[in-house]
Amino acid sequence: MDLLFNIFVSPFIEMVTMPDFLLQVLWEGFVSGTLYALIALGFVLIFKASGVFNFAQGIMVVFAALTLVGFHAAGLPAYVSLVLALAVMGFLAWGVERVVLRHLVNQPDLILFMATIGLSYFLIGFGELIFGGEPKSMITEQLGLPTGSTTIEIFDGIVILQHLDIAAAAIAAILVAGLALFFSKTRIGRALRAVADDHQAALSVGISLNQIWAIVWFAAGIVALATGIMWGARSDVSFALQIVALKALPVLILGGFTSVPGAIIGGLIIGFGEKLFEVYWGGLLGGGVEGWFAYVIALIFLLFRPQGLFGEKIIERV
Amino acid sequence: MSVAENIEPQTAPDILQVNNIEVIYNHVILVLKGVSLTVPERGIVAILGANGAGKTTTLRAISNLLHGERGVVTKGNIVFDGNEIHNLTPNELVRRGCIQVMEGRHVFEHLTIEENLLTGAYTRKDGGAAIKRDLDMVYNYFPRLRERRRSLAGYTSGGEQQMCAVGRALMSRPKMILLDEPSMGLAPQLVDEIFEIVHALNENEGVTFLLAEQNTNVALRYATYGYILESGRVVMDGAAKELRENEDVKEFYLGVGGEGRKSFRDVKHYKRRKRWLA
Repeated sequence: MDLLFNIFVSPFIEMVTMPDFLLQVLWEGFVSGTLYALIALGFVLIFKASGVFNFAQGIMVVFAALTLVGFHAAGLPAYVSLVLALAVMGFLAWGVERVVLRHLVNQPDLILFMATIGLSYFLIGFGELIFGGEPKSMITEQLGLPTGSTTIEIFDGIVILQHLDIAAAAIAAILVAGLALFFSKTRIGRALRAVADDHQAALSVGISLNQIWAIVWFAAGIVALATGIMWGARSDVSFALQIVALKALPVLILGGFTSVPGAIIGGLIIGFGEKLFEVYWGGLLGGGVEGWFAYVIALIFLLFRPQGLFGEKIIERV
Repeated sequence: MSVAENIEPQTAPDILQVNNIEVIYNHVILVLKGVSLTVPERGIVAILGANGAGKTTTLRAISNLLHGERGVVTKGNIVFDGNEIHNLTPNELVRRGCIQVMEGRHVFEHLTIEENLLTGAYTRKDGGAAIKRDLDMVYNYFPRLRERRRSLAGYTSGGEQQMCAVGRALMSRPKMILLDEPSMGLAPQLVDEIFEIVHALNENEGVTFLLAEQNTNVALRYATYGYILESGRVVMDGAAKELRENEDVKEFYLGVGGEGRKSFRDVKHYKRRKRWLA
């Protein structure tokens, strides 16, 4: 009886009696949700265009952030470092297409997946070789990102909003909106969707798959850099960050591997869900549920709706 | 050669020459065993034959889409518009004016009809106004596509998808379209409709067509010349009219039996039949 009370009643009483605290939890959930969504977006871009689950996306986040910090440490101004880091991600995209994808075209998906695992270990080794293994701090202030916090008094309590978190959410929103526009309105965006739909047909109308792949990997690289900056600013830039990137997996399962809106909403659901669950129900299980909550949700989804919330509509004509 | 002869359709310069090509899949399966054919400019040429005769492979060898199917041209050469095209990517080939409409339509299901058509203009560099004009041109040939321009292509009917596929190819402003099995899975009335449009495009826009068809009857009505393929070889070719009159073609491809086959001729006929169907 006590247990049922603790599960179904007391958390809600707590929420209602301390609404300011609830708001704080929701805000935290929202911020980590947008960041999960950003990582997931990187996966979705590549998966849509080439059907490859890019295991290296997590390490690309770290690599991009390290490159940025590295250029700055070498004495370059922050914005120059940012541009150069973007250039490096572009070069990486070009290189991956040239060296890996081009030669593995038409191979089974599993082989491509293995190739991205190889790529991620290459990036880990290469990154450590150049930047060293120790954690670095993100050049938050130099990039002009806000660092203070705002305290809002509400419901007889307070909610603290970190300015950095606000910026993160805003940048994520801008990136997502930009990508959505790019996908739906431009010639290249249309070609990307065409490739996602039917490789062979895209080839037959003269779309160059090599070009498209390089472009998506570059887009994923941009997303990785943005994610790296934001995550890096909240903790440190280290190789441990790639573990966070694994959270993208449940997000993708929830949202569907091929859907940009799915990645966003999936990210938010996971973000809100794990914070709420941790705070209000985590105590019952001895805490630390944040680490696995997302995977349990993913498992449930796999059982009941394997294509995700927004997975590609399976078109069936009658 | 006099000027007058040059105007004759029969002596129009060849836009495509396929010389004795051999195609191997997966390093071991020999599918084309020396196929040669020519397509005159502004012509409609049909490649006929049963399933597995090598029609699609021939078209793919020309459009360089073989690579995706692990096929490779091991012998012979292909000349389009005066240049060897054997080593070009499909992208480059489309730029030069040769595009394939694949068997089974292959529209982009999650794009609208209009977006599908616009992807056809991917390789063009001549600006939005020209593309807009051609979009109108395509809609005039296929009024049904205009009605359905905002629908996802995956939800349109088979006939509409075929029209969309042809329209999409047209958007690249091609000199030649390689049309693979346009009649596949369509009602006879629709097949006629599509061939009528092919005919009109040939007449009005000057597009050359090389089409692969199992529906010999329709193909020979609209084509000017035909090649009959069997197990990777050309076994017969001729003007469409001659092929229509040919006894063997009638018997084995058009399904109208010759009359009065009796006694001794039956034996010879049987042997011939065996060769055809081998």
